[in-house]
Amino acid sequence: MSKYTEDDLKKELETKEYEYGFYTDIESETFPIGLNEDIVKAISKKKDEPQWMTDWRLEAFKVWQSMEEPDWANVNYKKPDFQSIAYYSAPTDVDPNKTLDDVDPELLAMYKKLGISLDEQKKMNNIAMDIVVDSVSVATTFKKTLGEKGIIFMPISEAIKEHPELVKKYLGTVVPTTDNFYAALNSAVFSDGSFCYIPKGVRCPMELSTYFRINQAGTGQFERTLVIADEGSYVSYLEGCTAPSRDENQLHAAVVELIALDDAEIKYSTVQNWYPGNSEGLGGVYNFVTKRGLCEKNAKISWTQVETGSAVTWKYPSCILKGDNSIGEFYSIAVTNNYQQADTGTKMIHLGKNTKSTIISKGISAGKSQNSYRGLVKISPNADNARNFSQCDSLLMGNACGAHTFPYIEVKNKSAQIEHEATTSKIGEDQIFYCNQRGIDTEKAIALIVNGFSKEVLNKLPMEFAVEAQKLLEISLEGSVG
Amino acid sequence: MLDIKNVHASVDDKDILNGVSLQVNAGEVHAIMGPNGAGKSTLASIIAGKEEFEMTQGSITLNNEDITEMDPEERAHKGVFLSFQYPVEIPGVSVTNFIKTAINGNRKAKGLEDMPASEMLKMIKEKADLLEIDRKFLSRSLNEGFSGGEKKRNEIFQMAMLEPKLAILDETDSGLDIDALKVVANGVNKLKSKDNAVIVITHYQRLLDYIVPDFVHVLMDGKIVKSGTKELAYELEAKGYDWIKEELV
Repeated sequence: MSKYTEDDLKKELETKEYEYGFYTDIESETFPIGLNEDIVKAISKKKDEPQWMTDWRLEAFKVWQSMEEPDWANVNYKKPDFQSIAYYSAPTDVDPNKTLDDVDPELLAMYKKLGISLDEQKKMNNIAMDIVVDSVSVATTFKKTLGEKGIIFMPISEAIKEHPELVKKYLGTVVPTTDNFYAALNSAVFSDGSFCYIPKGVRCPMELSTYFRINQAGTGQFERTLVIADEGSYVSYLEGCTAPSRDENQLHAAVVELIALDDAEIKYSTVQNWYPGNSEGLGGVYNFVTKRGLCEKNAKISWTQVETGSAVTWKYPSCILKGDNSIGEFYSIAVTNNYQQADTGTKMIHLGKNTKSTIISKGISAGKSQNSYRGLVKISPNADNARNFSQCDSLLMGNACGAHTFPYIEVKNKSAQIEHEATTSKIGEDQIFYCNQRGIDTEKAIALIVNGFSKEVLNKLPMEFAVEAQKLLEISLEGSVG
Repeated sequence: MLDIKNVHASVDDKDILNGVSLQVNAGEVHAIMGPNGAGKSTLASIIAGKEEFEMTQGSITLNNEDITEMDPEERAHKGVFLSFQYPVEIPGVSVTNFIKTAINGNRKAKGLEDMPASEMLKMIKEKADLLEIDRKFLSRSLNEGFSGGEKKRNEIFQMAMLEPKLAILDETDSGLDIDALKVVANGVNKLKSKDNAVIVITHYQRLLDYIVPDFVHVLMDGKIVKSGTKELAYELEAKGYDWIKEELV
């Protein structure tokens, strides 16, 4: 029997195909490429938006024009030409009033390939889903069940029309249009996304989930998510992402805003598996995302992310701990392989007293990839007794990859307690031999070691997705496991 | 059961084993003793199939099957078990999860389904009791923060779970106090049967008071230079290794 060595594994990793790389031929309407005021207006008009929303977009567009694309991240890529992207693409025949039965069978077939069977999801997992393909939300399930509790979960395009008071009050309050280059761009051109409101004291009885998919070529995806947890409420939210394999780079610039009012809790989990490009580094999604949450008094926000996809990732889910006793958490696993580059981490901004934050970041690098953790812990002068614990661990596979850690700590209050731990390790021949000696083959051994390394974060995912995430880790690193 | 014929091995072009031959039958316990650097651990690694070592000559046969070219995991599937001198840590992987993966890996190689969870739990409980292992221990990360004694006990626990044909204990006594040594030795004795064999690698005679060998071999400069019964171990303990050297000259 031929020997399965680490070299074989490396080869397998290089030749491994992206599982979700199919393209679905559905009829869609795509705007001409390029970006100007008219396109912004046209998007707004297409969505049948009120004037205040159009004005908000135009304002954002103006700001964006004056901004420069940031280049401080530890990533190298050819800057996208923002005039060669189509800013709106939608499967045609999307009628917001239609039921799942009316959904284009091609679309349904696509979900099936993605492993999402809506019916099954409904029955088995007790998960309400919103699905965004290219720019448009195509199906929201479970609306009725949620409605009985007063929970609003719908495409943001509908929320703008149906709940303008909520959208107007909160949109852009955590991530202002002026925040950064991509956030400004998103604010100008976002075409859909999910909106969620949990009323006072309500515990959302199921996981809410959004599935994002870029389908059309040459389009960008700019979705906007707004989650508001009113006083004393609780919600757990999950987003998943995939895209077809394409030789050109696709841009994904999303904005997620979370608002946790007094005593509320939001858990936000992401399993990001955008197309990472091929083994030569050709193609793949540029994932430039701004995610931020605001905690009022006694509120808690947890970000959990499993990042295995994208050619370039630039993403820092953050918490503003404004209210006293509020808690921010960030749990992250970032896997990079081949030529992938990730610069990801978090910001914990402590403003209130007795605020606490925890950061657990696990970076796994293989191939020729570069994996960076970048995090800021900021304790403001009024944040008495603030506490932070950060742990950043890196696991390296092979000799051609890189792991980097950039922790920033700014403390302006003497009572703060900050702890930072960082480790870097390599999967050792000795570990693999030890497993082999017990009858565990090399592929399984690596899966075991990687899962062990990631365990603290995997444990934070909702049960239903922990298994999926675990599988994704194995697939990303080991080719066809299982 | 195990037939090692004229094995030569090197690492980084340095010769370590220079023609080792050893025959071990089912039901036997063999002790391999020798000074530091004699090649004892290399011999253990060579039998287990560690790649770092290049076997330049000779053959290893297990139950009439040539395993010289086999991968370490295949040898494990055939019933070779090595209790490591320095067991590695695998953070985040519990003792239970690790042994479960190992057992199912072995079953898969034999074309069997995964062991049902209830059966697995029962077996774990049984073997843990045998080795006086606390249940809490089983949920800790493999070897992470384990004391020397815990590491060795864990090795023997895995041996108990995997029920190997041939167990090689590489310096299992190092780092153990006398109580831990007794527990580990008792465990090995309970696992011994007429169908399996044990090779004990050690510096000292001490362990052999508890695991009594049928044969003792002295390994020096990559060769077995003397073989005898357990009396030889006492002689070595009393006189050291120099007299053998002199005898050889």
